[in-house]
Amino acid sequence: MTGAAPSKLVSMRQAVDEHVPSGSTVLMGAELEQMIPFSAGHEIVRQGRRDLTLVGPISDILFDQMIGAGCVSGLMAAWVGNASSGVGYCFRRAVEHAIPNALETLDYTNFTMAMALHAAALGVPFLPTYAALGSDLPKNNGNLREFTSPVNEDRLIAVCALHPDVAIVPVQRADAFGNSHLWGNLGVAIDGARAARKVVVVAEEIVSPEVIASDPNRTLIPGFLVAAVVHEPWGAHPSPVQGYYGRDHAFFAEYHEQSRKKEDFERWLESWVLKVPSRADYLKQLGDARIADLGVREHAFTAPADFGF
Amino acid sequence: MVAAAAREIRDGELVFVGMRLPMIAFALAKRTHAPRATGLFENGIIREEPASTLLYTMGDPPNLFKATYCGDMISVMSLLQQGRVHVGFLGAAEVDRFGNLNTTWGRRNGQTVRLPGSGGACDIACLAQRTVVILAHDPQRLVARVGHITSPGNGNGGLWRRAQGLPARSGPSAIITTMGVLRFAEDGEAYLASIHPGIRVEEVLGSTGWTLRVSDNLAETPEPSEVEFGVIREIDPNHFWTKT
Repeated sequence: MTGAAPSKLVSMRQAVDEHVPSGSTVLMGAELEQMIPFSAGHEIVRQGRRDLTLVGPISDILFDQMIGAGCVSGLMAAWVGNASSGVGYCFRRAVEHAIPNALETLDYTNFTMAMALHAAALGVPFLPTYAALGSDLPKNNGNLREFTSPVNEDRLIAVCALHPDVAIVPVQRADAFGNSHLWGNLGVAIDGARAARKVVVVAEEIVSPEVIASDPNRTLIPGFLVAAVVHEPWGAHPSPVQGYYGRDHAFFAEYHEQSRKKEDFERWLESWVLKVPSRADYLKQLGDARIADLGVREHAFTAPADFGF
Repeated sequence: MVAAAAREIRDGELVFVGMRLPMIAFALAKRTHAPRATGLFENGIIREEPASTLLYTMGDPPNLFKATYCGDMISVMSLLQQGRVHVGFLGAAEVDRFGNLNTTWGRRNGQTVRLPGSGGACDIACLAQRTVVILAHDPQRLVARVGHITSPGNGNGGLWRRAQGLPARSGPSAIITTMGVLRFAEDGEAYLASIHPGIRVEEVLGSTGWTLRVSDNLAETPEPSEVEFGVIREIDPNHFWTKT
């Protein structure tokens, strides 16, 4: 018998207060276009964090919002914009005009970002790749360094290991100790959780340890890596969570229009983030009809896998 | 453009699909001449069957539903680095005469504009056996020399790719535009290989930011067949991606 482990369940407010101080390097959007931790990002904005360095391959509009809110001074990413509508206007204003502040940007490719986190997850200082050879990215990103292979004459890029201070990872379900089931496209979530010094899990559902242990192949983040578990239904809206809700395409299109001008973005931020104290209030504002429209229309459960012996 | 892109996919190939028009091209190829092609998505999805509804992003729930495989990014992108992926599709703000792509720094009205960046485009351009670029034909976008190489094509021509250390069996294969299809000569420079119905060669040359070479055997791009056209309309009934 092991002693009863302490529950790691906290509110989003507590998780951000305790684990995301100003100046942190924060991995978000690890699962790419699905399961982006919007509710965590919005709480970070409300708590007035500054000088964050955001890490993520493609973060859709979350990074744009946090940049516009003035939380961010550094960025390590492969793509920053609005996946279904185009450019990110706050990102552009920051890079082109230092509005609301200057931004130090290190451009990666998706694969080199994945390798940077994989190197950290493996506990090695770098990993080699042929990707990005011949591109201008290594000229402006010191974490991509050309070298000659020690085992043949090939030229390669050494991708330096990247250790975020904290990874914020949405999952479908977790137990109170942080053992997490997630499914769908995983992006860089597994390596990201191992690469980070701390992990905050944001779960649609909290389940018993028995549910987790019933399907151990689906436990992609073991609880001992996790510092905090936040139970936050609809925490990823407007991005989708497979089996829970769909992508709110209209929200992305609306944000695109409402962030085109700085003044409009400030109004957007006020009405969807600053004036909304919690995710529950956000959902009230979103409205029952819109929520119902995004819900799962037809469930599609997997075939059971037999772990018996 | 979508029909021409679909024809770049051969049956049985592994295809890095990407976003927007290529998603429709892949579905079209599957429904017509390439039923055994397999679609790979950099977020970690592998599909034998295209999604049943229009996708706005590759992470939309219909793209996960009935996928063949869902895993992490490295497990799919490593297939590129192994040389297994036959063809990858890319969009771009700018492409130049040697097929180099820029999606990082744009130019609009004389001002420098920050664009979203590489995503997986640079990886695909470096590692796929063939890269196909899709973009609107405009002299601001087909330029003599890109301002920034986000994703390498043939560099400045000749043996440039090999000198950079890029894999031997990789590189740009076609640029599909709203006016025609450009392919690449032995020296690495693009030439006009095929022109879309109703477009004149002079229009293409006038809309290209360098003196574009024209093939001695210039072909006319076949019109989309009724079947192809029907499939495109079925996949994108509200013209979200196929606006033209």
